[in-house]
Amino acid sequence: MANKSVWSDNRFWQRTATWVTGFASVLLIWLTFDTSAQIAMGNDQDLQNKVTKRVPGPTVINYKITYEMSAKRGLEVPIIGGNDGKGNSLFQVKEKFFGRDDYSEDEARALLHLGKLGEQAKNCMDCHTLLGNGAYYAPDLTKAWLDPAWGPNGAMQALTGKNTREEAMAEFLQHPGQYPTHARMMPNLGITAKEAKGLVAFLKQMSSIDTNGFPRNFGKIKGAVNGK
Amino acid sequence: MASNHLTGIGSESKQLATWYFTFAAILFGAQLLFGLVAAIQYVMPGFLYGILDFSIARIIHINALVVWMVFAMFGSVYWLLPDETGIETVGIKIGKLLFWIFALAIVIVVLVFLFIQVGPASDTTIWFITEGREYIEAPRWADWGIVVVALGFVGNLFLTGMKGKQTGIVTVLMADMIAFAGLYLAGMFFTDNISVDQYWWWWVIHLWVEATWEVFVGAIAAYGLIKMIGAHRQVVEMWLWIEVAMLFGSGILGLGHHYFWIGTPEYWWEIGALFSALEPLPLVAMFVHVLYDWGKTQGAEMAKEHTDEYQAKSVITNKPAFTWFVLNAFGNFLGAGVWGFFHTLPQVNLYTHGTQFTAAHGHLAFFGAYATILVGMFYIAVQGTNGIKVLKSTKLSIWSTSLITGGMLVMTVALTIAGYVQVLVSRAQMGATWAGYFDGQSGVWFAQAMDWRLIAGVVVFTGFILLAIDLLTTGKNPVHKR
Ligand code: HEM
Ligand code: HEM
Ligand SMILES: [Fe+2]
Repeated sequence: MANKSVWSDNRFWQRTATWVTGFASVLLIWLTFDTSAQIAMGNDQDLQNKVTKRVPGPTVINYKITYEMSAKRGLEVPIIGGNDGKGNSLFQVKEKFFGRDDYSEDEARALLHLGKLGEQAKNCMDCHTLLGNGAYYAPDLTKAWLDPAWGPNGAMQALTGKNTREEAMAEFLQHPGQYPTHARMMPNLGITAKEAKGLVAFLKQMSSIDTNGFPRNFGKIKGAVNGK
Repeated sequence: MASNHLTGIGSESKQLATWYFTFAAILFGAQLLFGLVAAIQYVMPGFLYGILDFSIARIIHINALVVWMVFAMFGSVYWLLPDETGIETVGIKIGKLLFWIFALAIVIVVLVFLFIQVGPASDTTIWFITEGREYIEAPRWADWGIVVVALGFVGNLFLTGMKGKQTGIVTVLMADMIAFAGLYLAGMFFTDNISVDQYWWWWVIHLWVEATWEVFVGAIAAYGLIKMIGAHRQVVEMWLWIEVAMLFGSGILGLGHHYFWIGTPEYWWEIGALFSALEPLPLVAMFVHVLYDWGKTQGAEMAKEHTDEYQAKSVITNKPAFTWFVLNAFGNFLGAGVWGFFHTLPQVNLYTHGTQFTAAHGHLAFFGAYATILVGMFYIAVQGTNGIKVLKSTKLSIWSTSLITGGMLVMTVALTIAGYVQVLVSRAQMGATWAGYFDGQSGVWFAQAMDWRLIAGVVVFTGFILLAIDLLTTGKNPVHKR
């Protein structure tokens, strides 16, 4: 069929499909290498050297973490150990976590590991979202560590009778059935004191991840759309 | 062909397909039941609290979903292979053995989900109870079982494709199924880094539903068009290759729409927005393709008979299956294309990410793109196993199709409204905190939407019961032409 147009030729479209797929795949793999390097977890050295990582190392639990507007990026970013006034982390201000702010790299890593295992073993993501992924039956946990509810004037410290965020959270996680905040309650998942500590470390570390400004206006409740 | 007492058609591959379809249909029912439990819990939070918590109901709902679809997909391939290649599937005995291993593994996994539910924070839990990662919670031992079964399946497919006639449809399926199976490996490792975890998790979820599964649907739709209305293979396969190019061309990098907020760099905003915004295009193409081919073959038939459209005989040889295929073409476009596009730009997704809006899209997309066409394949198998020339619609098939589809549409609208409330109240106004979340959830509009979702769910389940009855009985119904 000499006069048949290439546009109705199956071989032509088969080749097009192969090339397009190959090209897209190669690009994705290349981007994956770049992204993997950028989201690799940092370590204690980075924090000491004041290097901002998208995913900070486990010893970030020794520091105070906040979530503040960066004028340069036009979105909220995690601030570790104090703000230099321009939306960059100072890595100076420490904060006690279960009474200590000197967790070694190994200790902090072990806590985080336990916490991440716990997050999966208890199926947290089948009620909650983490980084916005998961189920929608319960609040997002991306920045739960920073939620005003667990802070000094929040409802949860009073409810659990604890004086710090981490202790209030750990207490709640072990006996959620005892501290109902709404008709919809978190079930008891058999979380031990040790596991709770790991889970809270995991939540604190997660709140330090640079999520490009998600969620927006977190913890800035003013009853208005723009909570700057 | 020698006749076979179970299928009446003498093909072991088709017999195995009916096993896969049967198990898939049972799991579909289980999926709906546990969805109902979860939906009741939204309305009455105390329901089964401490016995079968929401998390467990949801795990079974979405895992049964994924597994029944995988089963029905394997079944579809075993069904069409003899037709396409002209030979019996190679290694079918092993295929049958693997079916039983697969089915047994699934039963064990479900029982463990139901009765053990959670474990201590240890590797043992990850290996034997739950991996705790949405859609692919199955513990690690089962992952390896699935890998073995998938390898056997891909082996059957490749050996048969290479030995028999290798049509365009078979070629596409061979390439597609190996990618489908291979991607599962991306979900089988543990990391402490939640960003890395989610990065690879999306490789499984997104590259399944928005790349490999869509291409699978393209191939099945092509097969169905040839089978059910006698569409021209040359034309159908040309469309198929174009669809593959468009689907993979947009879907692979469209993966970026899940990398806006999980710790990954900002460049994914542009990449994800651009490529995922193109994803609806092939879905439009697929819709046009199905209707165009239908109109064309019907038109040719009318010209042949010199009649108008009211008198010419229909070219469709399987009415219920074809109805589901057309619903697929439309549902894919609406659920994945339109509802997907709604929230795929980062400016919108910043607020809709992880809300009921996502659930609205998830429901209509999974239903429209996959449930529909796979139910269509069930009907093709009913027709084949009973040696029916023209399978007609029955009252039951019409009622079940309408109830299921209508119910899913109402459910989607309800979830969309709920998502809207959540976006405005919990997100934009209240900034996504614990208090903000519950403010949104307790709003009247939200609560009403949850009631409607439950009602819609009951309608869908009723439709499913009718569907099951129709699938079991229509084969013996004398109205069909034999
Ligand atoms: C048949 C094809 C599709 C299916 C089955 C499907 C299904 C889903 C499901 C189940 C989710 C939620 C995942 C989770 O649990 O976190 C999701 C998320 C998403 N889908 Fe699709 N989808 C399809 C196609 C598309 C298309 C074509 C687009 C865009 C044009 C799209 C855009 C999105 C976006 C942006 C999200 C993220 C939502 C969020 O941020 O919460 N999807 N999809
Ligand atoms: C009886 C009908 C159904 C009911 C009552 C129901 C109910 C539910 C509920 C309550 C959830 C949990 C949502 C959340 O986390 O807040 C859910 C999730 C889900 N369901 Fe259904 N469902 C039904 C049918 C279906 C069907 C037919 C499909 C697909 C074919 C489906 C696919 C999904 C998916 C993909 C998710 C996860 C969504 C996401 O994470 O975004 N469901 N369903
Ligand atoms: Fe996607």
